[in-house]
Order: sequence, then structure tokens, then C-alpha cells
Amino acid sequence: MAQTIGTHGEPDLRPAGLRGVAADFASDQRAFKTASWGKAMMWIFLLSDTFVFGCFLIAYMTARMSTPVAWPNPSEVFALHIGGQDVPLILIAIMTFVLISSSGTMAMAVNFGYRQERHRTAMLMLLTALLGAGFVGMQAFEWTKLITEGVRPWENPWGAAQFGSTFFMITGFHGTHVTIGVIFLLIVARKVWRGDFDQERRGFFTSRRGRYEGVEIMGLYWHFVDLVWVFIFAFFYLW
Amino acid sequence: MNETTAHAHIQSGQQLQTGQQHPIRLYLFVWGLLFVLSAFSYMVDYLGLQGYLRWTLILLFMMAKAGLIVAVFMHMAWERLALVYAILLPPLLVLVFVALMVSEADYTIFTRLAFFGTGP
Repeated sequence: MAQTIGTHGEPDLRPAGLRGVAADFASDQRAFKTASWGKAMMWIFLLSDTFVFGCFLIAYMTARMSTPVAWPNPSEVFALHIGGQDVPLILIAIMTFVLISSSGTMAMAVNFGYRQERHRTAMLMLLTALLGAGFVGMQAFEWTKLITEGVRPWENPWGAAQFGSTFFMITGFHGTHVTIGVIFLLIVARKVWRGDFDQERRGFFTSRRGRYEGVEIMGLYWHFVDLVWVFIFAFFYLW
Repeated sequence: MNETTAHAHIQSGQQLQTGQQHPIRLYLFVWGLLFVLSAFSYMVDYLGLQGYLRWTLILLFMMAKAGLIVAVFMHMAWERLALVYAILLPPLLVLVFVALMVSEADYTIFTRLAFFGTGP
């Protein structure tokens, strides 16, 4: 990995722009010159995950467009009764802000990681995990509320029956991603706290030297989870 | 420290740990922007905007947020173009799938209305 950037600190002479794209892909070597294999593989995994969520949202679109029954109004379905009045979509708005906050703390963790401030990095990652867990908790609350109101994958009290199945599938899959992300965060935060990335301690599974890039790769996954929520929020809750 | 070594941090043995290093101010700025954009998209619903205005605003804020997250938080803005194209171009094909399913859904609702009226 290191030789492509220049081990002796020589300036990067690779062409930029489209010429660079052609040169990188035609080099008969690794195509991604400045991304390590770990980062490239995380990006490719995220690309495949994009298609998974893309298919879910397309399925939702198809169901919603093809039913003659009115679609339940998410603004009312997800309203909470606060202070004597219904506030539309308030829980979802709070969940959105919590997830955006966690993305911010993750970005800071990556930054402090490369500055080698391991305790601050680990604390920021733990804060990210805490916000993520809070998000999942609120989602559990939301599911409970809807289930007690009679929403099932095959029926609901307000309109088109497909509402329940798409809701449970899309938010359920996203919640699973957040949960896995929280576990992933805790594992990496422990390694950071212990100083694995400063001592380049080898990983128990890959036996590769620990590097602070691990925090950035973890961050890619976490930001992706936030990114998917941006689309779910727009298409499922706001549309 | 010259320009090229500013990105390199740990030097142990022959290996060099390199990575994305950007000012914290930039992250805080983008973070704030994401908050504001989220508030805007929530306002779209809160104010009860309808029709094309609603859909345009939803898509606008969605794309702005997604762009900021990918470009700055996920560091895509500083990656080489080969990686950017390899990752960001394939999802555009999803739009082809969307077009296919729009026409499919139109046909489904047409047959449903023709054979069942407004029933299920």
C-alpha cells in the first residue's frame, strides 16, 4: 500500500482527471492507487448494500404506485401526542437528528484517530455507539407503537395493506444495519483504547497490522447507515 | 514538514501510516449544514406543503445531505477519480430499474382498476 504514495515522501506524480482514471485502470496493477484494499473493499461492500436498499425502496415505490387504495399518511401515522396536540412526524425527526449527530461524532473520531489521540478517538466512538443505540431504541418504541395500533405486514387501520410490509422490511433492515454498526463500533473502540493502532498490533482475524485507517473504514460504514436513512426519511416518511 | 509528508503520521520500520487529514472546522461546518438541511426537510412536512413543490424540496434536501455525507464525511472529495467513478456511477443504474418499475406499476394499477374497479 505504502509504495503508491511514496515511501520517501516524493510528490505524487499520477495524472489527474479522466486521464488519471484511464491510467489507474489500465495500469495492470491495482486500480485504486491511494485507497488501501480495506478501504476499497468497504466501498465495494457499501456499493452492493446500496443496491439492496435501492431494491427495497423500488419495491416500496412499486407497491405504492400500483395500489388503488389510498396510502396511509405518514405525517399522521408517525405523529406523537405531546402537550395536548399531535406533532407530526416528531419521533422520526428526532431520530434523524440523533443519527446525524452520531455521524458528526464519527467524523470527529476519524479525525482524532489520524492525530493519534487514542483516548479521545475511543470516547467519540463510544458516543457514536451510544447515539446509534438510542436510535435503535427509538425505532423499537416506534415499532411497538405501530404494532399496538394494529399495523401488521398484511393489514393496517388506515389504508393500503402494503404499508405495513414495506415499513417493517425497510426500517427493520436499516435498524439491523445500525445494530451491527454499534457492535462494530464497540469492537474498534476497544482496539483504539487499548492502543492497538499505535503499536500496530496484529488483528485476531486478519493478522494484519492495526492502523488508524481501521477507524476511517469503520466510519465509512457508519456514514453509509446515516446515508441510507436520508433516503428512507425522504421517500418513506416525507413523500 | 513539507506538503507531502504532512499527510504521513506514524513512522515505524519502513511502514508509514497515512490518511485523510482535514481541519476540524470543515467537519463542524458540514455537521451544522446537515442539521439545518434536516430541519428544512422536516419543515416541508410540518408546514404541510403539497404537490410538486413538496416533492422537489424533499429531493433537493435529500440530495444535498447525501452529497455532503459522501463528499466530506466519507472523504470521497479527496479520493482519486478512479474510485469515485467505480463507486458512484453504478448506483445510477438503479434509475433505469426505477423507470422499468414505474411503467410496470402503471400497468398493474391499470389492470387492477379495469378488472376490480377500486377494490383491492
